[in-house]
Amino acid sequence: MSINATLIIQMLVFFAVIWITMKYIWPVILGAMQEREQKIADGLAAGDRAEKELDRAKAKVDTLIIEAKEQAGQIKDQANQVANKVKDQAKSDALAEKERQLAAAEAEIEQQVNRAREQLRQQVSALAVAGAEKLISKEVDAKKHAQLLDELIAEI
Amino acid sequence: MASGESGGSAGDYISHHLVNNTQELVEGSSFWTINADSVFYTILLAVIYLLFFRSVAKKATSGVPSKTQNFVEMILGFVNTQVNDVFTGSSKLVAPMALSIFIWVWLMNFMDLMPIDLIPWLGTLMGIEYMKIVPSTDLNIVFGMSFGVMLLVFYYSFTVKKPTILGYLREFVTHPFAAKGWLGKILLAGPNLFLNLVETLAKPVSLSLRLFGNMYAGELIFILIAVLTVNYTFSDFFTAGGIMVSVMQFILAFVWAVFHILIITLQAYIFMMLSVVYMNMAHETHEDH
Repeated sequence: MSINATLIIQMLVFFAVIWITMKYIWPVILGAMQEREQKIADGLAAGDRAEKELDRAKAKVDTLIIEAKEQAGQIKDQANQVANKVKDQAKSDALAEKERQLAAAEAEIEQQVNRAREQLRQQVSALAVAGAEKLISKEVDAKKHAQLLDELIAEI
Repeated sequence: MASGESGGSAGDYISHHLVNNTQELVEGSSFWTINADSVFYTILLAVIYLLFFRSVAKKATSGVPSKTQNFVEMILGFVNTQVNDVFTGSSKLVAPMALSIFIWVWLMNFMDLMPIDLIPWLGTLMGIEYMKIVPSTDLNIVFGMSFGVMLLVFYYSFTVKKPTILGYLREFVTHPFAAKGWLGKILLAGPNLFLNLVETLAKPVSLSLRLFGNMYAGELIFILIAVLTVNYTFSDFFTAGGIMVSVMQFILAFVWAVFHILIITLQAYIFMMLSVVYMNMAHETHEDH
């Protein structure tokens, strides 16, 4: 066991190994590692951002839902109002119609009554004339006394 | 863990396992000799490390990583954290250096956990008489790496800090003891130089010997455990004593191997961290005195 040329060979190989490591191994692998670190950091940051955006979106959705509910309530109220109005309108229309028909029917009845009264009056006047004819046994000129008779009829 | 060769004594077996397979580059020169086994395994492990990590790097994605990529990223992240904790400057060199040292030294140490005679036995089949398969039990390998680290420290001092050479040398004689007057400076120059030289030399020596000592001792204990049945013939394993010794050997080797997993990782980690610390010391200036 003595120092010999092996030492020099080993030294040269030592430098060669370090040089190759420095040139072809270390930067490549470390570069990949650092790149991955960067990627992971970016991914985590993106995750945080996405979470924040999700929160914001959720808040927005909540406000939208509240607004929609309010609007729906308003629409419902309006619809109710319209419906009530329509109902009232229909009711009043129906009442008016009823009044109208009632009035018409009453008028009709009145008319009928009047007509019947007129007939009755005429018949009564005819009867009266006939009675008077018989009473006075003398024909009364119907035409002459029509005026008089009409007045009589009107009096009845 | 029975040895392939029978008949040799325990001493022969041990010394056989502590000898490198040397090849002389220059005839008769003890320095221009290489430990062929150490060089082969250290380069093999370096290639395994580089190919594995490079294949992961090629397929590296910043999306969902595969299990292999995940594993590699775990190691890388660990090393990166350690380096960032210790090293205060910014350098493209230090972290890759730490990773290389950590994985490579760990792989070298891991060879210690291989069945002690398996690979050398395969080697004998190919006509290689003996080899040490754990590169980090070779002084040349550990010193090669620690000197490499020190050279990187010097390189870093000069390129990143960009001191003047004079300024760099002045640090050797003005620290750690600083004086105000010129007389004091001259008087303290000698002790300062001495201390700094010791410090500079102690760094690589302690760095490498710590690793070497741990691995060498661990290897030696594996060898000693293996020695228990070194002279057994096949039939010896089936005698009552043979079974007992074999079971004991198995338990000892198992326990030591489990413990050793901790040691090899710890030593690789320490080698890495000390290298980073030395680099950081080169980064720190002493101008605040």
